[in-house]
Amino acid sequence: MAMQIGYVPPEQQQRDRAEFARKGIARGRSVVAIAYADGVVFVAENPSPTLHKISEIYDRIAFAAVGRYNEFEQLRQSGIRLADVKGYQYARDDVTGRSLANAYANALGAAFTESPKPFEVELLIAEVTAGDGADGVELYHILYDGSITDETGYVAIGGSAEAIRSRLEAAYRDAMPLGDAMRCAQQALAGAEERSIEPGRLEVAGLDRNRGRRKFFRLTADEVAAHLADSATDGDGDSTEDTTGDTDDGS
Amino acid sequence: MSPYSAHGSEGGDRSLQRRVFGLTDPFGPPGPSFSAVLRAVAPEAFPQLPPTPAGAAGLEHVDGTTVLALTYDTGVVMAGDRRATAGNVISKRDMRKVFEADSWSAVAISGAAGPAMELAKLFALELEHYEKIEGFPLSLEGKANRLAQMVRANLPMAMQGLVVVPLFAGYDPRAGVARIYEFDAAGGRYEERRFATSGSGGRDARGSLKARYRDDLDQETAVDIAIEALWDAADEDSATGGPDLVRGIYPLVAVIDAQGYREIADEVVGRRVEQVIAARRR
Repeated sequence: MAMQIGYVPPEQQQRDRAEFARKGIARGRSVVAIAYADGVVFVAENPSPTLHKISEIYDRIAFAAVGRYNEFEQLRQSGIRLADVKGYQYARDDVTGRSLANAYANALGAAFTESPKPFEVELLIAEVTAGDGADGVELYHILYDGSITDETGYVAIGGSAEAIRSRLEAAYRDAMPLGDAMRCAQQALAGAEERSIEPGRLEVAGLDRNRGRRKFFRLTADEVAAHLADSATDGDGDSTEDTTGDTDDGS
Repeated sequence: MSPYSAHGSEGGDRSLQRRVFGLTDPFGPPGPSFSAVLRAVAPEAFPQLPPTPAGAAGLEHVDGTTVLALTYDTGVVMAGDRRATAGNVISKRDMRKVFEADSWSAVAISGAAGPAMELAKLFALELEHYEKIEGFPLSLEGKANRLAQMVRANLPMAMQGLVVVPLFAGYDPRAGVARIYEFDAAGGRYEERRFATSGSGGRDARGSLKARYRDDLDQETAVDIAIEALWDAADEDSATGGPDLVRGIYPLVAVIDAQGYREIADEVVGRRVEQVIAARRR
């Protein structure tokens, strides 16, 4: 009748850890990434204008995360350090989204099995390359346990990712203008939450391959509102015939 | 706490990753400093010469020469000649001595070319790294102080004859003013509101600037004055290169103002240089 006190079978342990991480991630709000005509844009509902979920890592690489802020902030800083050191030791072109995504997958995977507590985060790494629309964008989605997938065109991470993804699938078109892509993301986020989301609560940033060395841009609240209003006026929703003029991303 | 702590030794990239992701203490080193990260995770890549015996001071190396900066009504001009010398040999005719440090500032180098260019590269990375980690750029004074620390860290190399003396100029978009900072090999930092020069032809360039500088210069005149000062330096100092009309190599001139850092196109500088020559011909 000797019970093995404290013994947890490995399968159970993995399940418990995964459930713990998923619960933590589901508490946060989701982030959407969409490839658009000039690169990739991230849209997140984020009431804080200063505690960002989207960030620049390197010339062509950006980072977005959901989950516990302190944990993904630490991972973000590690990514910047790794990229900057590699770019200094070798050359700027040698820093790639793929190698960075692998580094994150390694770190999260190791923490999932070895640390007292897994990271409660989900990450997105995006890189813009030469090429148009979705062909010129690499998207890597990394889960709390280190599993990694590469996605084409669009991806949603966070608690309501599934609901958002199905909405994006319906609305997504390759090489949309920036305003349309943002609107598509906003509607998918709002639809999944079943409520409207004010432009002022959106954090929007991305990579524009037409910029100089550093491709990263972040839109101010006013610019976000202007882009969304622009795309609303010319041909509402999906029936965009011909978008009047280029959406100017306010440098 | 490092997710990699239980792993054995792995080569190359994996081991670099392990060391980078091991830096998890937000209050500990390296903070937002890139050189501190580099020292912590890849000390072998940090640009520093090992200590050498006293006799090695005469080490042959390439020197860069005259650079200058002057303010005008809405910004600052920074310029440098293009010659590099090794002893009495001209080793390079189209060297770059003015570097963009970030969108709002530039650093110009004189002295031992190798370490100086490395310093400029490391300094630019330092500013970019800080901006990415912290989410906003350093203040202009913060940038100048950081550069002074980096020059001071170079002191052991300066003692071996590899002196690096940069000039730093920038525009502070918050205050709307342009500033110039001079340094000495010991890491001294001196703010300059009007003009500054550095390098072997610096004395001659300073004399030229002193005679022509006024408080209400516009950008075009300031660029002209910079080109004249470099001409005067090249006239007196053998290590400073004048404009090379045969090869079409002209001084490198950059301006920084409310629109940020940009370099004046070669054709424009070339036209100004020809005007300077025409005015002096007899």
